[in-house]
Amino acid sequence: MRLVDLYWLAPSADLKDRLRSMAASSCAAWVDLVQLANSRLDFVQTIRLDKALQKNLHSASSDAAPWRKLKMAVLSSSTSDHLLPALRVAALRRNLELHTFAGDYGMYLQELQQDSSALFEFKPDVILFAFHAQHLLGSPNPSLNRADAASLVESTADKIRGTWRLARKRFSGQIIQQSVLPVFEPLIGLNERRLPGSGASLVDGLNLRIGQLADEENVDVLDLDRAMRGDGLAAWHDPVLWYRGKQELSPLAAPAYGELALRLIGAQQGRSAKCLVLDLDNTLWGGVIGDDGLEGIRLGQGSAVGEAFVGFQTYVRSLASRGVILAVCSKNDMENARAPFEKHPDMVLKMQDIACFVANWSDKASNIRQIAEQLNIGIDSLVFADDNPFERNIVRRELPMVAVPELPEDAAFYGRCLSDAGYFEALQVTTEDFERGGQYRANLERENLRTSHTDLAGYLRSLDMELRWQPFDAVGLQRIVQLINKTNQFNLTTRRYTERDVQSIMDNAGAVTLQLRLVDQFGDNGIIGIVIGKPEGDTMVLDTWLMSCRVLGRQVEEATINLVVAEAKRLGSARLLGEYLPTKKNNMVRDHYQKLGFQCLSSDAGGASRWSLDLAQYEPFDTFIKTIGNAPL
Amino acid sequence: MSNATILSDVREIIADVLDQPDLKIDRTTTAEDVEGWDSFSHINIVVAMESHFGIKIHTSEIEELRNVGELVDIVEKKLEAKKPG
Repeated sequence: MRLVDLYWLAPSADLKDRLRSMAASSCAAWVDLVQLANSRLDFVQTIRLDKALQKNLHSASSDAAPWRKLKMAVLSSSTSDHLLPALRVAALRRNLELHTFAGDYGMYLQELQQDSSALFEFKPDVILFAFHAQHLLGSPNPSLNRADAASLVESTADKIRGTWRLARKRFSGQIIQQSVLPVFEPLIGLNERRLPGSGASLVDGLNLRIGQLADEENVDVLDLDRAMRGDGLAAWHDPVLWYRGKQELSPLAAPAYGELALRLIGAQQGRSAKCLVLDLDNTLWGGVIGDDGLEGIRLGQGSAVGEAFVGFQTYVRSLASRGVILAVCSKNDMENARAPFEKHPDMVLKMQDIACFVANWSDKASNIRQIAEQLNIGIDSLVFADDNPFERNIVRRELPMVAVPELPEDAAFYGRCLSDAGYFEALQVTTEDFERGGQYRANLERENLRTSHTDLAGYLRSLDMELRWQPFDAVGLQRIVQLINKTNQFNLTTRRYTERDVQSIMDNAGAVTLQLRLVDQFGDNGIIGIVIGKPEGDTMVLDTWLMSCRVLGRQVEEATINLVVAEAKRLGSARLLGEYLPTKKNNMVRDHYQKLGFQCLSSDAGGASRWSLDLAQYEPFDTFIKTIGNAPL
Repeated sequence: MSNATILSDVREIIADVLDQPDLKIDRTTTAEDVEGWDSFSHINIVVAMESHFGIKIHTSEIEELRNVGELVDIVEKKLEAKKPG
């Protein structure tokens, strides 16, 4: 089980034939390419798939393509050309079309500083910096005392930060810094870390400092440490290739490198999974609850297998505590399926940890579809964990957009497999993440209340809703950026912004920036809406309007437009201009502005439309929501 | 593994790396004879070979290679050396 082998991806039986036929064709379908990218590929297969991809892009490339395009520059102090196919294939795995640019090795500073550089022409959305240890630190030096070593680390980290700032001055978008590889041979041996000037001490110190500075500068860190500890340095770095072609990373590790780098980009682009759907028998406990009964299943102390399942459940719960939604999808009678959650003393997961619990005898693909609907999240944000290869294959075939890890046979490795697969990559954790599980549970309670009310108005009134709003501020910034980058469905324009972009919007005193929080009798839903309005003359242009699907059908849209109108008037606007830019996922808001009484100005063949609202004529909507301004969030 | 089997495996690896399924190769073939076999592909071919056969080709050996036949012979020699006893 090595990361470099991408062992959680399922091998494709007819890979060779499919690669061959795609390479021969110039009209392979994008979905087929994506599907192939989601099978286990070694580095040669990765290169071949990339070739097929490039060939087919040339013929099929059009600006109207429904997938997103991104440009990425790799600025490295060593050779990086051999990593580019793997970066593009890892992007393809995420339904992204990635165009890459590799600076000449060692030339990154010149590239960054010149206005006429090829990099400048390329206009990257993402810049990845990778510096090798010798370039940064020279050679380990046993005579350095602690203070000298510390100042060497500090000044080196400062230079790296300077490079980021240089990039920020010219480019907006994501910046990624690769960690420094521990390639130095030890000077004295096992006591290496006692020696301040040893390679181990310097590289560790530098990586630690890079992490701290990256957090201050909002740079993402491509930390290869864990992968190298697990796989061994030799799987990633080959000294022969270093001397031969200045390849710091072995071509054998390229597919994994691409995968890890694209996790950071995917997270920024809202491609990380949100929900883990779990099978029960032999996935959460050993044995079959329907056959073995509560006393017969293996779970907890007394057997190694039972403890391994407890270990897996503990890991799953820790994922939930940082924002991953949990669901159950099991072929079982409901009563049997629930029994361990309610009665088994060693169950770590409880009913209240599961946002959506499905146990029946229907096929799992249909059930998984239903889970996505009930939770109101995209089906491609689900991961399905099942020990049974048969069920896995059916789900892969029926729902290719659902990630289905190739779980190892031994339950002791389930947790490792999920973490190695990196489905839930998060750029940071916000307080909202800690509370998410509870919010989805409260949602189900609201649903129950709704079914007990026959009229919608009565239900809405009984919720005692408060919409608490305030302009963007430093406290909410992380969550605002997170929502901007991961909201796919209720998102009128799907514009993605970095923290820096949002800050510059905040600096515009004439702009409307709203962060909206909804509180009701079941609790706080957290920040559920973001609106950005940019003034252009007497018009307030609604640049961004997005909302969490959790609060749909509760008049939040109406309460929000009342608020937007009031704010726009206060800032001197005479009308609002709304835009709808269609994507694969935001069809639900196609008629958003029409429903709110806007007049259609124009719409084009691609489905994009522009809408106008005259503020002088505006009549506020009646809602059951009390709007409270500037309340502490 | 016989010399001929190794040659056939080697041919397949080179064909895969260069993405030319029907590539014809014999012992006398050199990199110059094959379109796309540049220094970049060469590293990939050697690395793929090492990974396929579970061997390691030395820095000095790589520099001395003149044609496919010599590559096959090095692989054969290393596979022999790996055999137990």
